Amino acid sequence: MKRKHLSDNLWGFAFIAPSLLLICVLNLWPVVENLYYSLCKMKGFAKPVFIGFTNYITAFSDGEIGQAFLNTLFYTLLTVPIGVLLSLVTACFLNTGIKGKGFFRTLYYIPVVSAPVAVAMVWKWMFNDEYGIINYILKALGLSTLNWIADGNVILFTLAIIGIWGMIGYNMIILLSGLQSIPKSYYEAAEVDGAGAVKQFFSITIPLVSPALFFVIITTFISSLQVFDSVYMIVSETNPAFQNGESIVYLFYRYMFNVSNKGYGATIGTLLLLVILLFTCVQMKSQRKWVLYQ
Amino acid sequence: MQKGIQRHNWPVYVLLALGCIIMVFPFLWSVLTSFKTLNESLKVPPTFLPVSWQFSSYTDVVTAYPFLMFFINTFGMIIIRLAITLLISAMAAYAFARIPFFGRGMLFLLCLIPMMVPSQIFIYPQYMLAVKLKITNSVLGLALPGIASTFGIFMLRQHFMTIPDSLEEAAILDGCGRGRIFINIMLPLSKTPLVSLGIFTALFAYKDLMWPLICNTKIEAMTLSSGLAYLQGQYTTKYPQLMAGSVIAMLPMILLFIVLQRQFVGGIATAGLK
Repeated sequence: MKRKHLSDNLWGFAFIAPSLLLICVLNLWPVVENLYYSLCKMKGFAKPVFIGFTNYITAFSDGEIGQAFLNTLFYTLLTVPIGVLLSLVTACFLNTGIKGKGFFRTLYYIPVVSAPVAVAMVWKWMFNDEYGIINYILKALGLSTLNWIADGNVILFTLAIIGIWGMIGYNMIILLSGLQSIPKSYYEAAEVDGAGAVKQFFSITIPLVSPALFFVIITTFISSLQVFDSVYMIVSETNPAFQNGESIVYLFYRYMFNVSNKGYGATIGTLLLLVILLFTCVQMKSQRKWVLYQ
Repeated sequence: MQKGIQRHNWPVYVLLALGCIIMVFPFLWSVLTSFKTLNESLKVPPTFLPVSWQFSSYTDVVTAYPFLMFFINTFGMIIIRLAITLLISAMAAYAFARIPFFGRGMLFLLCLIPMMVPSQIFIYPQYMLAVKLKITNSVLGLALPGIASTFGIFMLRQHFMTIPDSLEEAAILDGCGRGRIFINIMLPLSKTPLVSLGIFTALFAYKDLMWPLICNTKIEAMTLSSGLAYLQGQYTTKYPQLMAGSVIAMLPMILLFIVLQRQFVGGIATAGLK
């Protein structure tokens, strides 16, 4: 028995060793390093000099960071509710026993397997002020056109449209597999009891799909707070809407690798981590009120 | 509700079809634009189909930029990440799920921490590591951050926990060691989750922009994503060329998806619900 114990310990450690080692070097230690850098002054490749909480104090009085956080929050509060709702509606439609489900599912999923850089470039072309197809269609419909890319009041909506378009396929698949696991008999029983479609949706569909819905909300929330690719491709520093479109991760990238004020960049990273943890905690707490685990 | 909609479900078809048009139109428009001349692409009102189908944007882009290298780098990065991450994640997941060893719970929690941290936090320390290892501007550098997967360990552990104990006990009685059990019993039973994790890993690597942008700054060492971002800086408003570039970059993964549809969709669905 003792020998088995020893051998289990040896095998266990041997099996986890490669992953554990790499995770320590690539992920865990970097978190510590980043935290340390955020307390340092670091210019270029010079050695970090410890300066305490100076970066954090600067960050809280820095209008640029505040603006970037507001932009990102606004973007997130646009994309998550609209995107999740559209995904849910699409999933419900596909779950009504219609013909050609596989065909629809495939087409809706294509944006998920497309490189975000390419996608952003295509949307930038379609949103082009003078020659873009979207403004042309708006004009043809007799609506007023918008300066989608360079107007500070519009840019976040433009980015949100791209974000929503890109996430529906993924979320829909997860919600659809949640919907498919709901037994048909529940609806039949509700029908017998005389419950209408709306009542059925809120009393059967929503509670039973809530674990998948919760997963979808949490993951899109976190990924929206980290929006980068579309901002990088569309909101360059020469864009007049730059200030109103810059996201927090883009700001982080700029300080880390362009402006090369790496200590400050690390501070922005840590603040983002705190915001994400805060939102996740709040959502985890609130899930008890509405998520139904069987 | 089910019956109600089935009886008159044409509005559902109309709405779904409308959604499809919105989903597909950007791809269609980029393909159509890529076959137009610069002048035609800037016409107001725009033409829908190209007046004459021009292939020159593609030849322009491919001769001016090393697209073949972009392909090789992207898929080289994916293959290295897949080979390492699938093997070591499966090993760790098996140990965490089925071998009782000292400190197992605590070490598992330790491995989960990175899942809660935004990946940008790791990126500068990882870059410094790549610099120290002298692997920037190489495929190895591209692969580096993705060779271990917390998510993979988590997902595969869930799977290994569902395999019945009796199978393993019988093998132990027959004198099989842990290594043999892992290779001969556990891995063959794990094809589906391994394929899912593989697709996840490949897709993530293919879509990533920030790491390739930072790690590989030489043009011949770029990936499809970072190469395309570079292309935009060069061609700025020559849209037929830009669209040709994006079509080239998007096509391989879309084709792969159409071939392996079931695995792509199945993997996402299981990963989401666990």
